[in-house]
Amino acid sequence: MNPNYYLVLSAILFCIGVLGFLLRRNAIVAFMSIEMMLNASNLAMVNFAHVHGGLDGQIAAFFVMIVAAAEVVVGLAIIVTIYKTRRSASVDDANLLKF
Amino acid sequence: MLQTLAPLQGLLPFEGAITPPKLDYTALAPLIVVFVAACLGVVVEGVLRRRIRDEAQLIVAGLGLIGALVFTVQGWTTGKQGIHAMGSVAIDGPSYFVWGLLLVVGLLVVLMMSERTLNGGAMGFAPMAAAVPGSPIERRAIELKVEHTEIYPLTMFAIFGMMLFASSNDLITMFVALEVFSLPLYLLSGLARRRRLLSQEAALKYFLLGSLSSAFFLYGTALLYGFAGGFELRTIDAAVGAKGPSSLLLLAGLGLVAVGLLFKVGVVPFHSWTPDVYTGAPTPITGFMAIATKAAAVVALLRILYVGLGAMRWEWAPLLAALSVLTMLVGSVIALTQSDMKRLLAYSSIAHAGFLLVPMAAAVTVQTATSGALTSSVGSILFYLSAYGFATLGAFALITMVRKAGGESTSLASWAGVGRRHPVFGACMVLFLLSFAGIPLTGGFMGKLMIFLAGWSGGYAWLVLVAVLMSLVAAFFYLKVVVVMFFREPGEAAEGVTVEKASWLTWVAVVVGVIGTLLLGLWSGPLADLAARMSVFLR
Repeated sequence: MNPNYYLVLSAILFCIGVLGFLLRRNAIVAFMSIEMMLNASNLAMVNFAHVHGGLDGQIAAFFVMIVAAAEVVVGLAIIVTIYKTRRSASVDDANLLKF
Repeated sequence: MLQTLAPLQGLLPFEGAITPPKLDYTALAPLIVVFVAACLGVVVEGVLRRRIRDEAQLIVAGLGLIGALVFTVQGWTTGKQGIHAMGSVAIDGPSYFVWGLLLVVGLLVVLMMSERTLNGGAMGFAPMAAAVPGSPIERRAIELKVEHTEIYPLTMFAIFGMMLFASSNDLITMFVALEVFSLPLYLLSGLARRRRLLSQEAALKYFLLGSLSSAFFLYGTALLYGFAGGFELRTIDAAVGAKGPSSLLLLAGLGLVAVGLLFKVGVVPFHSWTPDVYTGAPTPITGFMAIATKAAAVVALLRILYVGLGAMRWEWAPLLAALSVLTMLVGSVIALTQSDMKRLLAYSSIAHAGFLLVPMAAAVTVQTATSGALTSSVGSILFYLSAYGFATLGAFALITMVRKAGGESTSLASWAGVGRRHPVFGACMVLFLLSFAGIPLTGGFMGKLMIFLAGWSGGYAWLVLVAVLMSLVAAFFYLKVVVVMFFREPGEAAEGVTVEKASWLTWVAVVVGVIGTLLLGLWSGPLADLAARMSVFLR
């Protein structure tokens, strides 16, 4: 298969992630979109590792997975505490601080 | 390990094969000591009884930071420089400088965090972060004097991440370090004792926007890897040299990586998290973020741009210059309208990020400078960061002392007349504000002078002129605070506002801030010299 296809796929996934982050109001969905962006990067790195014939990109993908897992722990903790306080996980309701 | 396996030779399916990477432990000692101290903090949390935990944590963190500082100084004085850990950590002048800065700031912030006198015997952090604010569980936790001593290991992990971030020499290490220091900061900014709703909101905003920016950074990393075939900055530099700077992958990668880093520095248009997070976070943590995150991110950005993408200078320099103008403008002008001290200092930190971009865009090295070694970009930025750091640390330490009904009173109106009633407090605050504004005889003036000189000798005279104009605007809002503190009659908002007596833990930060600011202003030679000698990145 032509590696360009994978690159284009990863770019599409990344853009879906960015759009999801910008358009969806639920903090958990916004966070899922970020995870999608990280996975798009993983796809790109693995693809480039294949192109360059090295292992660097594949190893990097493992690093990213672990970091993403750590991020989930911290992120969900923050979202759950704010949900418990306000009974809402919408990013529009978090509006005490502005300008 | 290998010797113990010797009798099994022949029975095991694989022979020899993997060579373990060689790590120079003495060179990496500062990083390792901080990391080990952070891990020990986690152990202390699980092993010791609650009553003695706080002291134990303070001792572990303090010893770790002092030990790392000793190793840093020793490493620099014995001239240990080099690229370590299989090309992923560059230990060079800027690394040593920013390590020293981070460790000193970290030590003072850790002391500030354990301040109890101001809160009536309790820490300035939430007693139980998981409890809903105002709930019976939270009240019970306050009665039992429960507290999160986890803040110490979290801070230590953040310091470790920042140290690694500033010295990382390949993009994937940089990404991991970015997350290692960001994740603890997301948590810490949600742990304020008072006004917990604001604090939680700050944590949510910081977390969502921060992880968005690191996703951008990562995708940029992937594209640069695709372009160069390796993550190391050296490989990328070589690939730019070989293939030319016009590849789409390279340009897109540069843009995305820069977005991720500029977010951490707090440059407009990626600044929107700064005021909210600075306001909501516990004040010692705000001070920590304002200096340490900025210093680490600025050095990392410099390293990527100068070492990895130096050949693309004509692409990124005009862009940085434009962002610099925008950042100074937005930071200084919006700060004029602020009515909250923490928010005002947040916009001031945005304006300072703009000033820092001036020499960065100019990219002057010691070799290309026309007039003496003092004007290199990196050297002037390092000096500026330390001058800004002393003043910021002191200012935030002072903010924790102005109180009303047990909580911090940060609205500007409530500060009316505070300086007259508490002359020592007022004098210290005025000194820090003058240093921010860049008035002569303070560290801030020397810092501004040096970055403007660097910008000027790099051929960005117009940018320096804009920066001078903007620092006049900025001086106006700093002086506004001085006027409020000394010449405004206290109104309704200032009723019941006092400057409470803090223990030495907070005063140490103020005293170091005052001494540092004055020293850099009156006798800046030694540090400027040091910064100039430490301004060369290893490639």
